[in-house]
Amino acid sequence: MNNHRRIVITGIGLTSPNGNTLAEYRANLLKGVSGVVWFETRYMGKVLAGVCTYDPLKYQMKKEVRRGTRAGSISIYCCQEAVAYAKLDFHALDKNRVGVYLGVTEHGNVETENEIYNLSQFNYDTKFWSHHHNPRTVANSPAGEVTLNMGITGPHYTIGAACAAGNAGVIQGVQMLLLDEVDVALAGGVSESIRTFGIFASFASQGALASHHDPTKASRPFDRDRNGIVCSEGGCVFVLERLDHAEARGARIYGEIVGYHMNSDASDFVLPNAQRHVECMQAALKRAGIAPQDIDIVSTHATATPLGDIQECQALRTVFADCPKTHFNNTKSFIGHAMGAAGALELAGNLPAFDDGIVHPTINVDHLDPQCEIPNLVLNTPKKLPRVDYLLNNSSGMLGINSVVIVKRV
Amino acid sequence: MTNDQIKQAILQIISVIAPDEDLTHVKSDVPLRDQLELDSMDFLDIVMELRKRYSVEVPEADYGHLASLDSCMAYLAPKLKDK
Repeated sequence: MNNHRRIVITGIGLTSPNGNTLAEYRANLLKGVSGVVWFETRYMGKVLAGVCTYDPLKYQMKKEVRRGTRAGSISIYCCQEAVAYAKLDFHALDKNRVGVYLGVTEHGNVETENEIYNLSQFNYDTKFWSHHHNPRTVANSPAGEVTLNMGITGPHYTIGAACAAGNAGVIQGVQMLLLDEVDVALAGGVSESIRTFGIFASFASQGALASHHDPTKASRPFDRDRNGIVCSEGGCVFVLERLDHAEARGARIYGEIVGYHMNSDASDFVLPNAQRHVECMQAALKRAGIAPQDIDIVSTHATATPLGDIQECQALRTVFADCPKTHFNNTKSFIGHAMGAAGALELAGNLPAFDDGIVHPTINVDHLDPQCEIPNLVLNTPKKLPRVDYLLNNSSGMLGINSVVIVKRV
Repeated sequence: MTNDQIKQAILQIISVIAPDEDLTHVKSDVPLRDQLELDSMDFLDIVMELRKRYSVEVPEADYGHLASLDSCMAYLAPKLKDK
């Protein structure tokens, strides 16, 4: 294929609950280190959450942090780290040709809830409502904060795609490169969801919030005793370029995005639909021009809800019915569900497998749920493969949205 | 509040709004925006903090009175005399 039509990953910047660089994150995925902790939240006290520990002041002034949002700060950290990782000469780049495409599960809940709490301290008199509320809650806010911080004058926006958003951000970046709208795409996903009680309370009301006396054991996809989601914050941004652009500057290439697809269940507000998952994965494989047997690692979406995990496993068993070399893992067992960042973080954690051939495991599976049995589900300890050529990254979210990204070793 | 207390109150508010700024050498008679990185959103923050902390209302037409520490003191002294 023409190198102008091939999209490659040349940089990775991230903050996850168990690592603030790809190296630290990957090391902890291989060592079985969880990032889930007890976290104080308004009205609910201590809840289980994945909390990031990156230093916002590495790339922001204190005033920027105060004026902006947590999602914006995470986005800035990830984009700056990704550009540094890619060894891009950022000052020399035409900033009109850089795009920022960030997937979000939602944006504005945190800021709105904070303002309402503030208002409650003043007898709900709306003259105490902050003038910062609108700029903090416009839907483009996290990506816009990146452009302000980095002087990027190309397009920026967020892609609202529930928990399929990390992949959706990547896909948007790929598409804009293919359309020749930009030369460099900063693409991925972010989440600040844990900074308001609402997400915890809503999952609790739904009967889908994880509970466990040991935070590190709380997120347990595929385990018989799983009891729900651990909510997390985080972010992951990839530098994407066309292959000819990357080669011209002598960039190191961490993978080529050869397949992707998004579709909709059109069946339920919250319950997933295995058949639509199947169709989404098959369409991504078709775009990549490969067979299921070619996939070495499938990064699953499973969130540790009783029904969702079973539905995804059903879909995986259908698509990968006769694939003896395909292995499966899950990153949420380490870091919880990073919402808009989840898909991007889960892809990033598996990318080093192209170099080391190791499939990081799914941890916290003490008793595998028989309904979640899949051949080659890598449980609790890493597994070395002779070679890894293709990764498939699976994500889905509420309102029935599915996204799949396939990355090839280059 | 005395003029000096008003001045300290304004500086304390600015220290929160513009935490990167060094306020040790701010001149009272020079406009704050000539000495510090403050924009219109920051001035709205000062207005909001005066409302929250001291129940003082500064109408939009009077924003110009918050230009310097001296003008702040002159404008706010009558409003804060019983605080």
